[in-house]
Amino acid sequence: MNNHTVIQAENLVKSYQMGDVKVNALRGVSFQVQSGELVAIMGPSGSGKSTLMNLLGCLDAPTSGRYILDGDDVGKLSGKVLAKARSKKIGFVFQQFNLLRRTSALENVELPMMYAGIGSGKDRRARATSVLQAVGLGDRLFHQPNELSGGQQQRVAIARALVNNPAILLADEPTGNLDSTASAEIMAIFQRLNQTQGITVIFVTHEPEIAQHTRRIIRIRDGLLAADEPVLAPIVIGASPPVQPEGSAATHSMNGSSELVKVAGLTS
Amino acid sequence: MGLMQSTRIAVKSLAANKLRSVLTMLGIIIGVAAVIALLSLGNGTTKSITSQLTANGTNLITVRPGSGGFGPGGARGGQGGAQTLTYEDAIALQNTDKVPSAAAIVPQVTSQGQVVYQGTNNSYSVIGTTSDYATAYSVSAASGDWFGPGELSGIQNVALIGPNVASDLFQGEDPVGQTIQINRLSFRVVGVLTKKGGNTFGSSDDQVFIPITTAYTKLSGRKAATGVVGHPINNITIQAVDDKHTDSVQTEATAVLRERHRTTEGTDDFSMLNQASLLTTLTGVLAAITGFLGAIAFISLLVGGIGIMNIMLVSVTERTREIGVRKAVGATEGNILTQFLVEAVVISLLGGLIGIGLGAGISYAVSSLGARFALFGSSTIASQIDLGSVLLAFGFSAAIGLFFGIYPARRAARLNPIEALRYE
Repeated sequence: MNNHTVIQAENLVKSYQMGDVKVNALRGVSFQVQSGELVAIMGPSGSGKSTLMNLLGCLDAPTSGRYILDGDDVGKLSGKVLAKARSKKIGFVFQQFNLLRRTSALENVELPMMYAGIGSGKDRRARATSVLQAVGLGDRLFHQPNELSGGQQQRVAIARALVNNPAILLADEPTGNLDSTASAEIMAIFQRLNQTQGITVIFVTHEPEIAQHTRRIIRIRDGLLAADEPVLAPIVIGASPPVQPEGSAATHSMNGSSELVKVAGLTS
Repeated sequence: MGLMQSTRIAVKSLAANKLRSVLTMLGIIIGVAAVIALLSLGNGTTKSITSQLTANGTNLITVRPGSGGFGPGGARGGQGGAQTLTYEDAIALQNTDKVPSAAAIVPQVTSQGQVVYQGTNNSYSVIGTTSDYATAYSVSAASGDWFGPGELSGIQNVALIGPNVASDLFQGEDPVGQTIQINRLSFRVVGVLTKKGGNTFGSSDDQVFIPITTAYTKLSGRKAATGVVGHPINNITIQAVDDKHTDSVQTEATAVLRERHRTTEGTDDFSMLNQASLLTTLTGVLAAITGFLGAIAFISLLVGGIGIMNIMLVSVTERTREIGVRKAVGATEGNILTQFLVEAVVISLLGGLIGIGLGAGISYAVSSLGARFALFGSSTIASQIDLGSVLLAFGFSAAIGLFFGIYPARRAARLNPIEALRYE
């Protein structure tokens, strides 16, 4: 995948009216992210990093500034076009997983394809199955969220985020609700996606150690870009002794990369 | 995302809350069932009354003694009591120069009689009339024959009996030629009538017919009111030559009777009932009642709709997070709107379908039970489920779903995804 600018944020400003008080959540943030980058966004609470994620995720529009996502200026678009951007260009992973209750892993993963109007029912099922296999949940297709562990739920959420082949994968504290083992698993998946498929991954985290799994850290403070620094010695999970993943998903998780390549072939 | 998928999602989320969905549906079920049951019973009753009234043709006009308006039932006693209408009036009406639009004049004396044949004893309505009754009401003799002018002028004791009377008294034996006792007087049976079937206003199947002259001389014991010359009778039925001449017959007959009775408008001692106008009045009343009941049923449908809206609003609040997730993974406002709208319509349509079934069942049950709780005499409460009212109820319940679903669905669709995702 040849490098190009996936995210170009120019002087993004976002202010809210909360009662009588005008809150300037973002006061002019500019940066770029090239395709294939793995970026962590860090900052204390109230720094505006969640607001930034919402803007990057097209969940919200900036008060001023320009946001060019994968070549399209989406900063000033209508709700419908933003919905389309969310559907086709962005994959979301949340701290709370946010899977639909009483809905199988498979159907959760099919959901974005349904909203994007991709493929027939059969195609969607096949694609959702292969993406779930790629995140090591090939034997959990028909399990509902309450039957899955936190790490497994987050992997379903990642599969859901990936299924439409987005330009970027955005994750808001994806490991915030997970123990260290599951967190390492998720990081392993992010790194693998990033390295083998060149998927751009941006996530927010509080934990410095998690951030060390990336190659670049953007620090936000008081609505401004405080620092944008490369990670000199990133932790690469594949390079270190393999993390012992939980349960029966272990084997899938370990040979997942070859399956991901298959998925990539299927979708490109 | 297609409608099929929206429907699948809707059905799934309804199935997830079965009790709530059923309770919500109940409002629509009851409303639709009430609409269907009441409309079909109303339509059926109207139809059966109409067909009973028109069974004898709509060209009949009834003249009764006594003034005042006609009403079914109530007026009968009061008017019947006045002995102001006579057989001689009927003879006068037969003057074709003065009443040219009349095809037949049928005087009648009605009384209840104890009829006996060889120890079998029964009470029947005994009608003294002329053979013109046969033409006006199209009741022919199945065996034997109607009595003619000879029996009439001879004041003979002859009788025609209805088929039910024949089977009650004779049990298979041929009645023609046999002798029966009516109020202890002997009558020779000269004929048995053809079966006509049920009628709200008394069927000839259960009646005994004798010459009117015999009836007023020997049976009725009626005395003419003071100042009235002649033989008092209960009523005169005038058959117009066709439906279009009922009004002119009425005018002509009124003129004849006013001349004979020396009355004018307002002082008349007789009244006329035009069957066509009775029909119009009666169907009008029935339509009003049906409409009124329908309107009440409609209100319950409306309340059911509000129930749907209420539950949908609760559902939207409860599923705020789900809506946020759907939006985050690419659902447009339209997708969310469709999802919730389809849910509301599925509830109301399903309720509507069940309601139609239930309403049809109720009206069927009422009409078959109604034979025992007869509305008029021996009549049944008929039910008539027509496609129109089914389609109306179905369409209306869909419309209710759409109408009451749109507000909650819009609320869901317009949720801000960020706030929706944060919602606990």
